[in-house]
Amino acid sequence: MAINAVASTHRFPIPRNPMLIRHPMGRSRLRPPGFDDLGLERALSDRLLPFLVAAMAFLAALAFGGFLAAAGLARHWQQGAEAAVTVQVPDPSAVAAGGGVAGTTRLGRVLALLRADPAVARAHALTAAELDALLRPWLGRDSGRLALPLPAVIAVSLARPTATLQRLGKSLREAAPGTLVESHGVWVRRLTVLAQSLQASAAIALLVVTAVAIAVVAVGTHAGLAASREAIEIVHVLGATDDYIAARFAARATRLAVLGGGAGALAALPVLLTLAGLAAPFGRLDTAAAGSGPAAGFPGTALPTLLWLALPLLPLGAAAIGYLTAQVTVRHWLRRLP
Amino acid sequence: MVRFEHVGLSYPAPGRRSAAAVLHDVSFRVPEGGFRWLLGTSGAGKTSLLRLMYLAIRPTEGRLSVLETDITSARRGMLANLRRRIGVVFQDFRLLPHLSAFDNVALPLRIAGRSEGQIRADVAEMLRWVGLAGKLESPPETLSGGEQQRVAIARAVITRPRLLLADEPTGNLDEAQAERLMRLLQELSRLGTTVVVATHNEALASRHGAPALRLEHGRLVP
Ligand SMILES: Nc1ncnc2c1ncn2[C@@H]1O[C@H](COP(=O)(O)OP(=O)(O)O)[C@@H](O)[C@H]1O
Ligand SMILES: [Mg+2]
Repeated sequence: MAINAVASTHRFPIPRNPMLIRHPMGRSRLRPPGFDDLGLERALSDRLLPFLVAAMAFLAALAFGGFLAAAGLARHWQQGAEAAVTVQVPDPSAVAAGGGVAGTTRLGRVLALLRADPAVARAHALTAAELDALLRPWLGRDSGRLALPLPAVIAVSLARPTATLQRLGKSLREAAPGTLVESHGVWVRRLTVLAQSLQASAAIALLVVTAVAIAVVAVGTHAGLAASREAIEIVHVLGATDDYIAARFAARATRLAVLGGGAGALAALPVLLTLAGLAAPFGRLDTAAAGSGPAAGFPGTALPTLLWLALPLLPLGAAAIGYLTAQVTVRHWLRRLP
Repeated sequence: MVRFEHVGLSYPAPGRRSAAAVLHDVSFRVPEGGFRWLLGTSGAGKTSLLRLMYLAIRPTEGRLSVLETDITSARRGMLANLRRRIGVVFQDFRLLPHLSAFDNVALPLRIAGRSEGQIRADVAEMLRWVGLAGKLESPPETLSGGEQQRVAIARAVITRPRLLLADEPTGNLDEAQAERLMRLLQELSRLGTTVVVATHNEALASRHGAPALRLEHGRLVP
């Protein structure tokens, strides 16, 4: 038997020359790639974890997209419509009663009053064509031929904010009874509050998604610890530090999380582009004609720059969550070993 | 090197109020380079005593010092360093089933951060010496009990430990292999490694004269 033949020579490899054989103590990290001493390829499966992280990344992308959209809408509404007021004059072509230039129509009287008021920057009575365009979505193409008694509509821009609105309304009603003054400011404030609530909801959704992602990685790591408990105990008794064991788990969890984060971000991209396309007309009411369909040109330009920056950050964020969660979970678990 | 002073050990017994005491008032010393048999019937506490020495558990009573370090008071972070200087042949081998024989033997060197070039040469030579040169790539499940035991022995001595502990290391070896292993252990001891070998095989111990620690029901008897 070979083993005995060697033994009979009394040549043991270990004590051969202890001084020469001593290993260099340098920290040369030359572990062969793929040396999976803890069996993590099976213990920390590449099925469930990346899939769950991908779902979280997908939701995070949508939530962040929603956050930016709500922020954009709030800004737009605040800037655009703060000082806008609509005045409706029923029965506009009837002769105005009371004082002033005799024979003036009710519309003429109201317009004159508005233009004389220092708080009013601009007052423009919508023409029949403009009114027609405004009403077409509700009344159809033939609104002009309908025998409806339409009020005249005056678009007013206030030079100063709406403190003067009540006084203005009162004097207009005296000149032409039945006149309505409607401030857009109220609606803008309501819409702004709505947009801010949407923004807060999106932020909360982001936080919840992050928390769930952390929980998912923690649960996955715990399952991996249980599955490789035997191997961990062996390397522990062979002198592996907590650093060593936690690093193995963290590397695996990071790789799986990056995979999931990347897949989730990629899956979210077409959804976000579609949503951005649908939302584009509302973001540019002042320039494009309302209702002209999705934004023209390269569809990517529809996504806010911040979103383009955030999407590549998703796999990075997932990596950070995977690394830190695995490190903390494993180190905590290892404290049960002496 | 190894010093037990009135060491007692109880394993926590879930569900029961009082823990089960396995070792009682154990005191002895093994000097640097000493060789000791650890004898006793099955269940006497040999494995538990070795587990204390390779720092898998801490004593519940008394003081224990291994490699000049007081284990009773040592910080947890220091123990990993100590463990790397202790070689263990486990009674049940404890090889990693998903690693080849080569990778199992290389494991302690990789944990210690040695260079791969050094590892390749040393591990191959060690496996050749235990008669497994043709089985470097074999996973443990394809090896016989004796072959697995020889892989476990190779893993225990590959780091040239200062303290070598073997738990029934000849249980699966034939006579010739067992004799050969005993000569290796005694040679290591002669060169300065402290060696403790647990066995219930009194005949083996009497053939290789060396001082013996005798355990009976968790107590050392003369
Ligand atoms: N992990 C453990 N938990 C509880 N009891 C244990 C454990 N390991 C061993 N024992 C008990 O300790 C006693 C001594 O066991 P052991 O040290 O394995 O003896 P030996 O190696 O001499 O056969 C036995 O009664 C055994 O049941
Ligand atoms: Mg035993």
